[in-house]
Order: sequence, then structure tokens, then C-alpha cells
Amino acid sequence: MLAGPPLDGQPEPFAAHLARLGALPRFEDPGVLISALEASGLLGRGGAGFPVGRKWRAIADRRDGRAVVVANGAEGEKASLKDQVLMAHRPHLVVDGAVLAARAIGAHEIVFYVGSEHVAAVAAIGGAIHERRGEVRTPMRLVTAPISYVAGEASAAVHYINSADARPTMTPPRMSERGVAGRPTLVQNVESLASAALIARFGDQWYRSAGRCESKGTALVTLSGAVAEPGVREIELGTTLGDVVSDAGGVTSEIQAVVLGGYFGTWAALPDAWDLPLDPAVMRARGLAFGCGIVGLLPTSVCGVLATAEIMAYLADESAGQCGPCVFGLRAIADATLRIANGAARRGDLDDIGRWTAVVAGRGACRHPDGALQLLSSALDVFGDDFVGHARTGRCGITRSRVGTGAGVGVA
Amino acid sequence: MERRLRVDWIKCDGYGLCGDMAPDLIELDDWRYPILLPVPIEGGLVQDALRAVDCCPMKALVLEKKQPDRRTA
Repeated sequence: MLAGPPLDGQPEPFAAHLARLGALPRFEDPGVLISALEASGLLGRGGAGFPVGRKWRAIADRRDGRAVVVANGAEGEKASLKDQVLMAHRPHLVVDGAVLAARAIGAHEIVFYVGSEHVAAVAAIGGAIHERRGEVRTPMRLVTAPISYVAGEASAAVHYINSADARPTMTPPRMSERGVAGRPTLVQNVESLASAALIARFGDQWYRSAGRCESKGTALVTLSGAVAEPGVREIELGTTLGDVVSDAGGVTSEIQAVVLGGYFGTWAALPDAWDLPLDPAVMRARGLAFGCGIVGLLPTSVCGVLATAEIMAYLADESAGQCGPCVFGLRAIADATLRIANGAARRGDLDDIGRWTAVVAGRGACRHPDGALQLLSSALDVFGDDFVGHARTGRCGITRSRVGTGAGVGVA
Repeated sequence: MERRLRVDWIKCDGYGLCGDMAPDLIELDDWRYPILLPVPIEGGLVQDALRAVDCCPMKALVLEKKQPDRRTA
């Protein structure tokens, strides 16, 4: 997906893209492409990992209504860079995928929804749309998303495109039935679209020839934290965490844990996780998340409780502020976590966190609190003793000092 | 016909009257937002559920026919 010219900040021009990959194939029967996507096993790369082929088929099989494709490039996850890098350097691959999706589901409009803070990506996609006018008959437009974590959530994207309000909406109606302008809408992450454009050219067998473990194909990941060469890389699915980190020049200090999948992801303890295949199926079976491909390495010098508390506080701040369990529950959980991390725990904070966590998930328009709580639950597993130590004694077992002295280094 | 309660979380403002009306179906959290209990809504509970729906000032609670869970996105 990132093959081709170096990632030096310049978008690949259309002519170069065509010379390198050839023309976009035409499918007389759109079902052929959808079948290839299903056979490829490609999963959505926005975070939820829903099978791409099945998603396209559900909309293609509708009875009526002109459909819309939304190419979702609003990468609200702070630690994730992969969608921005992809759009900024391979914009035509993203456009290809969106055009294929539009043809496959019978869409009459394509909206590229790109985070306004991703300046290079906005410029590259805007330029690519301009270059493709004439060649692509389906009307294409660029909508820049406001800077917020939840703006990239699928229903929030549709809501913003419709009403300039980037807050999630309640389901039903499903977007696949009533989305942009009330039409059936496919909201698909830009990396998923780029992969679809490659599968359309080279076939599902080709795609499945990559993959070292259960899941097939390649994916983009973003490395951050204590690693020599942080940033975006394309990996063969199933490559172990250790191999990915080695390829990125190795670690820059001793590592105690890794956050996988993003702020909605999970912590895993090291060194145990070095042999973990970065493979959505394997990770799910172990209670971990591939999510949007974030790999954040936490050095032993940084307190995991504090790192978690900072992420929870950020996610509570980023609530769209619509649903009570998120507005009050997630906020209360984040505040209690921050008190514990800072050595200012109140009696009952740890128990309250457990009690609230058990009831907040699943009670909202979107899954924002659910994702945050998944991360916290994994933190309680990985840093459990530290949480108890912080809460009871106000001392940090990692930094071996009184907590609250503020050595907060964001891993992610 | 199997029925279930559904909350529109964006409309719900945590008045908590539903939990008072149908305590066997709805618990309230620390902020008086509903927690739907996994209890079949049948017999006398149907009346409780309807009363809970009626008393919601935000019209955020609905009683609907149970649909097979079919997710596409």
C-alpha cells in the first residue's frame, strides 16, 4: 500500500500512480469485486474491524435509493498517523477505492471526509479530486472534519456532512439505510479503501499471500513512544510485535508495556508480548485489540497508571457530551483514575471504578465510553498492583517515588 | 410477541422516573440514568414497561418488538 516513491511529504501524482499500478479495473458485474473483497478477508481499518466485503454487499443489496460513499479520513486518534500518511502520499489509491466502492454499491456521490488538522492530507486529497475530474464521473467533494476525537465515528461523520454537527447520532436508522442526505451510505476508512483498490487490481489470492499468522494481508501501523524510528509502517499481518519494533530500529529504553490499537485499545505487558503476532484474529482471541494499528511503547521509567489516567482524562474531555453515562460515568471514572494516579485517591475510588465500569459500556449513542473502558480494564490487569499501590500508599512502584510529581510522558 | 425497551441516550436526561415506575426492568445508575435489566418483558411487566415509557419527560424510552440483531456497520 505504501510501495512506490518515498514518503517525503509529496503526494504521488496521478500519472505516476497509473504508471506504477495500472488503470483501475472495471467490473461489469459489481458482485465480482464484492466477492473478491469477501474472499480476501479484508477487515475495516478504522478501528472496529468489520469485514469490508460484507459491508459493501449489505448496501449493494438494498432495494432502492441512490447511495453515497463517505471515505473516512478523520483520524481523531491522536497517536495514529497512518490515515494521514496514506492520504498525503497515496491519495489516488484512496480515490481509487472510493470510486470502486461507488461503482460497486451504485453510489451517486463520493464525500472525502478528512480531518482539518491533517493539512497535508487535505491538500493531497483535494488535489487528487481535481486531477480525477473528467476521468471519474461520480461527483466527488471534500469535507474537512472538525478537530475532535469522536468526529471520525461513522454516524458523527454523516451527521457533520448533513448538518455541520460532528456528534454521533442514535442507531437506528442505520447509515446503510439512511445516511448522507437520507440516502443509503457506506462509511469506509481510507486505508480500507486503499486496500480494496489493490485487491481490485491484483486479486484476493494476491492479498491473501501476505499474512504470517491467521489474518491475511497487510496493514498500516503507527509506532510511538520509546522506539528508534516512530511513525507509520506497513506490516504483513501476523508479524510479531518484536519484529515490528526491530524493523523500526528497536527500542530506545527498557520497555514495561505496550498500548495496542489506540486509546480504545488495550495494554499488554512486556516482555511477554514481544512474541505477540499483530494479527486482528489472534489478538481478539487473547482479549487484545488491533484497532487502528497503534503500537505505543511505554518505558519502565514512566508510570503506567499515570499514562492510563492521562488517556482517560483526554477521552472524558473528548466526549461529545450527549449521553449521560458518558458525560457523568466516564468523567467520574476518569477523575477517580487521575486521583489514584496522582496519589490523591479517595476511599472507595478503586471500587467505584470497578462498579461504574461494569455499567457504563453499551449505554450510549456511540461506543466512545466502551472503548475508553476497554483500555482501563486492560490497565487494571497489566498495572493492577500499581493501581492498588497508588490508591493505598500514594507511592508509585514504577518510578519508586511519591506520585503526583508529574512525570507524565504520553506514550500514545 | 417478544418486546424490549430501548433508550435514546441522546434524548435521555436522567430524570430516572422510568426506574421508579418499572424497578424490575430498570435499575438506575449513580446519576439516575437507566440500566436496562436482562429480564423478559412479559405478564405484568408489560404494564410496568408501558408506564415507564409514558412517564419519560424526554420521550427517550420506547418499547419495541424485538428484532434479530443484524449489524452492518
